[in-house]
Amino acid sequence: MIQVENLTKRYGSRTAIDGVSFEVEKGEILGFLGPNGAGKTTTMRILSGFFPATEGRAVVAGFDVSEQPLEAKRRTGYLPENPPVYTEMDVTSYLRFVARIKGVKSADVSRRASYAMERCGLSEHEDRLIKHLSKGYRQRVGLAQALIHDPDVLILDEPTIGLDPKQIIEVRELIRSLAGDHTVILSTHILPEVSMTCERVIIINNGKIVAVDTPQNLTHQLAGGTRVEVEVSGPMEQLSNVLTRIEGVGHYGTSAASGDRFSLSIEAEDHKEIRPAIARELVKNGFDVYSIRMEAITLEEVFLKLTTEEETE
Amino acid sequence: MRNLLAILTKELKSLFVSPIAYVVLAVFYGVSGYFFYIILSFYAQQSSMNQFGQAPYPMDVPTMVVGSYFGVLSTILLFLLPMVTMGIFAEERKRGTIELLLTSPITHLQLILGKFLGVILFLAIMLLPAILKVLLLYTYSDPQPAVSPYLIGILGAFLLGGSLIAVGVFISSLTENQIVAAAATFGVFIILWVLDASADGTTTVVNEVLRYLSVLNHYEDFTKGVFDTQHLVFYLSFVFLGLFLTSLSLDSEKWRK
Repeated sequence: MIQVENLTKRYGSRTAIDGVSFEVEKGEILGFLGPNGAGKTTTMRILSGFFPATEGRAVVAGFDVSEQPLEAKRRTGYLPENPPVYTEMDVTSYLRFVARIKGVKSADVSRRASYAMERCGLSEHEDRLIKHLSKGYRQRVGLAQALIHDPDVLILDEPTIGLDPKQIIEVRELIRSLAGDHTVILSTHILPEVSMTCERVIIINNGKIVAVDTPQNLTHQLAGGTRVEVEVSGPMEQLSNVLTRIEGVGHYGTSAASGDRFSLSIEAEDHKEIRPAIARELVKNGFDVYSIRMEAITLEEVFLKLTTEEETE
Repeated sequence: MRNLLAILTKELKSLFVSPIAYVVLAVFYGVSGYFFYIILSFYAQQSSMNQFGQAPYPMDVPTMVVGSYFGVLSTILLFLLPMVTMGIFAEERKRGTIELLLTSPITHLQLILGKFLGVILFLAIMLLPAILKVLLLYTYSDPQPAVSPYLIGILGAFLLGGSLIAVGVFISSLTENQIVAAAATFGVFIILWVLDASADGTTTVVNEVLRYLSVLNHYEDFTKGVFDTQHLVFYLSFVFLGLFLTSLSLDSEKWRK
């Protein structure tokens, strides 16, 4: 549904995105994850036809965004970071206006506006002026505007930014319900959002793609798997001798906990079950073990690892 | 065409949703009406005094009234039109709705023409009472004068206003600050207004060019009730230039940050 090849955008000497390539299948939700200024908005603006790329090609729903912009735009719904609303208009007239400029047939304008309002939970607010709506409802108006012409592709730039937790959950559910009918690309710098909403994630940093995968695979493979948290006390000077003897122990770190206890954070290589061996060896060498538990490495850590590695290159 | 109409209607509506339209209309109607009254009473007084003079000379009061009235009208337009055009694109940039417009399946031409024609319609609403004044003038004048000088005057005001709007739309597309747009538009208007002032005297090429480019110079014939296609061509090319520059300015989205 979306093919992006070697997309590059330069502003003068500054490169916003550099050789970005990816594909999105029909009906998929793709998450664009990256710190602020990584190039998420730039990529989305190119895909939506707001401005062209310096180099490279982007094809949306079979149409090149720079060669057949009108055809591509007809099939794209775009929600910029700030919902592009006319605050002095009421919800219905705004959506009808958008429907008209998006090329919805005159006979269908009212029907599509009602559909979009119903879909985004705006039906009760159809006559309210947009300036009287809360941020959450404005965001819904933004979403309604993006899907009013039944586009194949929805491009959503930070759709949950500035919302309260309840609204965030509602908007996420709404987005999830839109996939299938529409292909969705959404950007965010909030990590749990990606694992909750997206089927596939692209991590972008400094204008370059650093990883593409499902949220699960990213946490598993890229981070090297799982981690064991142990709380111990005992002869800490012998710790390294003890741990290096155990098979499957990767990097580890220690930090002081309460009293004479220490917290150990041990990475397990290849998802090996290392807890019994650790417990056994520690006790054998005179340590007291207070707790031992396995933790999955979070997407947040993968993200930090990937983005900081990129920076030190 | 449907896209263009959607933009046009929305533009006109949004003018009337904001207080700007009402303030501009009220000021324009009030001030132009006031001047019309002053001018009318002045010439009426003059003509009656003339009748009692030693050697009466012929006075064409309607033509004089028309001439002075449209002269004043152009000055009021110069002051008020920047306030109407300042938001046209600047406001869209500021609010971010420019992203909606530029990612919609409409061409720049449709967008610009829609907005331009929306303001042109507003200009027509501004000039509406001028037509009422024609009716007044011609109901109470005796003998009845010709209607054409007045209609030509209205056409002149409309053309002059239209070309100023085209300039205003272009300047508004350059910034996201309405006040900057208004001030710059006003400045450019005044320069275009008085361009021929620096050209008085000799008939060198530079002077001729300056005189030709002065928007007011072309307006004068209209206020005298003279219709010359040369002026029509001037104003229409002015509009074309303004809208063309606007289109270039929107294209510059390609490389600006």
